[in-house]
Amino acid sequence: MTILETGSSERVTGKRLLRREDPELLTGEAKFVDDIVRQDALYMALLRSPMAHARIVAVDTAIAKHMPEVFAVMTGAELKSDWFAPMPCAWPVTGEMKNPPHYPVAADVVKYVGDIVAVVLASNKVAAIDALAAIDVKYEELPVIVDLEDALANKELVHPELGTNTSYVWKLEPDKSKVDQAFASAVHVVKSRYVQQRLLPSAMEPRGVLVVPQLYGSEYTIYSSTQIPHILKIMLSLTVGISEAKLRVIAPAVGGGFGSKLNVYSEEVLALTLARKFHRPVRWTEERSEGALATIHGRGQIQEIELAAEADGRLKAVRVNLIADMGGYLQLLTPGVPLLGGFLYHGLYDVPAYSFTCTGVFTNKTPTDAYRGAGRPEATFAIERSMDSLARKVGIDPAEIRRINFIPPEKFPYPSAPGLVFDSGNYLPNLEQGLEKVGYAQIRAQQQIKRSDGSKKHLGVGISCYVEMCGLAPSKVLGSLSYSAGGWESATIRILPTSKVQVVTGTAPHGQGHETSWSMIVADRLGISPDDIEVLHSDTAIAPYGLDTYGSRSLAVGGSAVYLATEKVLEKAKLIAAHHLEVAAEDLSYKDGSFAVKGSPDKVMLLSSVAFEAFTAHNLPEGLEPNLEATVTWDPPNFTFPFGTHIAVVEVDEETGETELLRYVSIDDVGNQINPMIVEGQIEGGIAQGVAQALFEEAIYDGSGNLLNTTFLEYLVPSASEFPSFELGNTVTPSPTNPLGAKGVGEAGCIASPPAVINAIVDALSVFGIEHIDMPASPEKVWSAIHLSGGNSR
Amino acid sequence: MFPASFDYAKATSVADAISILSSVDDAKLLAGGHSLLPLMKLRLASPSMIVDIGSLTDLSYIEDKGDYVAIGALTRHHDVQNSHLLKSAVPILPYVASKVGDPAVRHRGTIGGSISHGDGASDLPAAVLALDAKLVLTGLRGERVVPASEFFVGFLETVLGSDELLTEIRVPKFSGGWSFQKFNRRAQDWAIVGVVAVNNGHTRISLINMGPTPLRATAVEAALADGASIEVASGRASDGLDPPSDLNASSDYRRHLAEVLVKRALAEALG
Repeated sequence: MTILETGSSERVTGKRLLRREDPELLTGEAKFVDDIVRQDALYMALLRSPMAHARIVAVDTAIAKHMPEVFAVMTGAELKSDWFAPMPCAWPVTGEMKNPPHYPVAADVVKYVGDIVAVVLASNKVAAIDALAAIDVKYEELPVIVDLEDALANKELVHPELGTNTSYVWKLEPDKSKVDQAFASAVHVVKSRYVQQRLLPSAMEPRGVLVVPQLYGSEYTIYSSTQIPHILKIMLSLTVGISEAKLRVIAPAVGGGFGSKLNVYSEEVLALTLARKFHRPVRWTEERSEGALATIHGRGQIQEIELAAEADGRLKAVRVNLIADMGGYLQLLTPGVPLLGGFLYHGLYDVPAYSFTCTGVFTNKTPTDAYRGAGRPEATFAIERSMDSLARKVGIDPAEIRRINFIPPEKFPYPSAPGLVFDSGNYLPNLEQGLEKVGYAQIRAQQQIKRSDGSKKHLGVGISCYVEMCGLAPSKVLGSLSYSAGGWESATIRILPTSKVQVVTGTAPHGQGHETSWSMIVADRLGISPDDIEVLHSDTAIAPYGLDTYGSRSLAVGGSAVYLATEKVLEKAKLIAAHHLEVAAEDLSYKDGSFAVKGSPDKVMLLSSVAFEAFTAHNLPEGLEPNLEATVTWDPPNFTFPFGTHIAVVEVDEETGETELLRYVSIDDVGNQINPMIVEGQIEGGIAQGVAQALFEEAIYDGSGNLLNTTFLEYLVPSASEFPSFELGNTVTPSPTNPLGAKGVGEAGCIASPPAVINAIVDALSVFGIEHIDMPASPEKVWSAIHLSGGNSR
Repeated sequence: MFPASFDYAKATSVADAISILSSVDDAKLLAGGHSLLPLMKLRLASPSMIVDIGSLTDLSYIEDKGDYVAIGALTRHHDVQNSHLLKSAVPILPYVASKVGDPAVRHRGTIGGSISHGDGASDLPAAVLALDAKLVLTGLRGERVVPASEFFVGFLETVLGSDELLTEIRVPKFSGGWSFQKFNRRAQDWAIVGVVAVNNGHTRISLINMGPTPLRATAVEAALADGASIEVASGRASDGLDPPSDLNASSDYRRHLAEVLVKRALAEALG
């Protein structure tokens, strides 16, 4: 199955090794930011605006300042001279994009509920929070924009100085006339409107930051619950105005992120700014309800998608028009997130003509940004829901409409109409495996029986086929998209004098198990035990170069760098072994930790001996540097394109509107798998998160811009009780673009699952003539739709 | 999410608890803490003193008293759920207890705490109402026994005096049909609407989260007594009620759910 070159007589990759990260997580030994003890730290608490849009008329901090344990209370106006640069947005998607400057604490006008108005520093957390209540702020209300279409109408403005609520219009339309022509000559045109509701990312560990200034110097150590220690260091340097050489960022144990910790936040900038101002350690840990307002939201789009098809259902063109909710300001990657889906609205179908337009609009709400899948779940939802509508229009089965439109295997590498090159794919066998596993024909038969029995519980089955783009590289392509960073990843391998191995990676795991997987890659190549390999990461002093963890990039890019660095260090070891065995390097073979002369298997030199020779440097080949260390920075030639088929089986109770997810089958192709157990964990978590979008979760705003569900009592993150056991399977189509043949798996589950579930619900409700249910498909929403349809099954 | 500051006393006996309650204004009892502490953290409740009765283990018991079962107020949901005596004498009660919250909640929360809190959205208050249980309240002037039908008077309001403590719940044994219908979106949540139906000669039905207190579905009970069919009787489930609207459900949807769930409960309890 794998194309990796191994140095081991028994493969390590492909095994279901238990995660070495888990013992300390499960026993509570792992240290998260809030677990780091600093007796002298000042606790930061933030007064947040209760108004969605208002002018700050006056802030009275007099009482708060004199409360016990309070060290300082500061307003935005008082902190104005402390800022160096506005909060960073690293993705100016167009030259004309509007990006109003945004500082950690608002001085004049607040733009969303949760915007910071004042900051308290106190010697303990409770005192800091209590002081917030003593600050008196007078606001003058300004018009509030909540709805995206209202924003587009520009009647009221979030940022009046811009003269518009539109931040940017981004168009991807390689051949407009081809699209127009396809629609003009199409037999079937399907036009749909979908809403991608806002979601709260809800990582297990809330955000937190601790900044420790050096006692007698000007250096700062920043501990942050972040996915991006490296990017954060650069951005803090540019934003706060401290030399990058004086900053060290450490992401200790990080309890999940799902994209919400792929950002540079006001609290991080503020903690560093105040640590510099007062020369004291400053710390902050988000409260859960605070996080609902202060941490970025996901999704938030209105999608309009049109399909043009031949009489038999063959696609001719896809045209998409998107309105994307930016929120009150642009965060690190806010404008670019919808565009990550912009290349994929034709799904895994062979579509010759393509048009995509995205309008990013400001609203008086928490900023949006990357949330697991980032653009791709939205694209997959739109195309997969539309394919079901098209199937109905053409009068063929949803499985068949997909079969006839798949990009055929002989077309890979496939140049897509939007301009990507799909690396590899073999979609039909994947779909057929899914249909077989779920027993598609039997379910259809059962559905007919139930319908003719007049059951009030309606069976539905929904298919979602997906392809996504992972890896977020090569760098030059990211450059052409105006993304302000590269897509490479760095790895260093050191074989220590005692032949133990250190792996230094630029990725920043926060639950993914990189320590386990990276050690397996190296163990396989060197033919040694994974237990002899240590993986170091997430500290910019230990791993100076890296682009961190997001976008399902870490294995395909970072894991490849680890593999290539292992190859490189092995090449050096080979030169030393050849020198000692007095043969040419090409005459040596390597296996299980030992070099042998080809044809003379008794002439061997152990890797451990080579390592010690490299360390003592008493007898090295002329010109060769001591020690066994190699660094590789890998910039892949292309994205990777994982794909798969997800099938949901639901039963909808006509009387209550309740949907029960009976079964969930997924067949994923993520290329070669290093540790299938970790792959399955990613897929299962992703499915749960996507089903949560389909059935449970939504950040609900009222007309005044108040977020109504800021606790887990009201924001419905489902638990294991709400799911059946998922039935997983896979196909393996290695990616030809990296040495591991890996494609990436971190987001696949939540990309595929929302349309599978909604397709199943709509399939169940088709007896009522219902064609769509918006997410989340709550019981009341489903019941109302049935009620409105007249409630008569046909 | 920090509560406002408060004083704390650990009661050594029921008498001690009552004595503290009667001497301090605005004191609150702490049993399992699963209703009170969230309210305090949200600062919806800011009692001046917490009287911790968690160590009064003599209030944790389930005893056979002939025609009724006596349950000590500090009995945890988990123990109600797993009581052999209750499973045979009042099987609906362990079943309802098994649907409260999640295992962590059921290991801490107490039956007395849940009933004293008097939340119209909670399961156990509605269960004791349908079961026609009697509640023993102990105060400075001794004990009084109040039927569940007179105990719940308003939103989070009961007849418990400020110096009184619920000490025992007396649940009549019964051998008839029963049903508990709990409709929620996540297993550990409160019911969006719930229905408790017991049938022991005549049918008693109570509704969860259809008003400020647990409520009897009197219109349904009357219709059944008049010989109406289940279908017809359940259509009167929300007669005279004004259920709340919230993010989980509108008032209209709750009315509809009440009808559906009463119909299902009756079909099960009378079937």
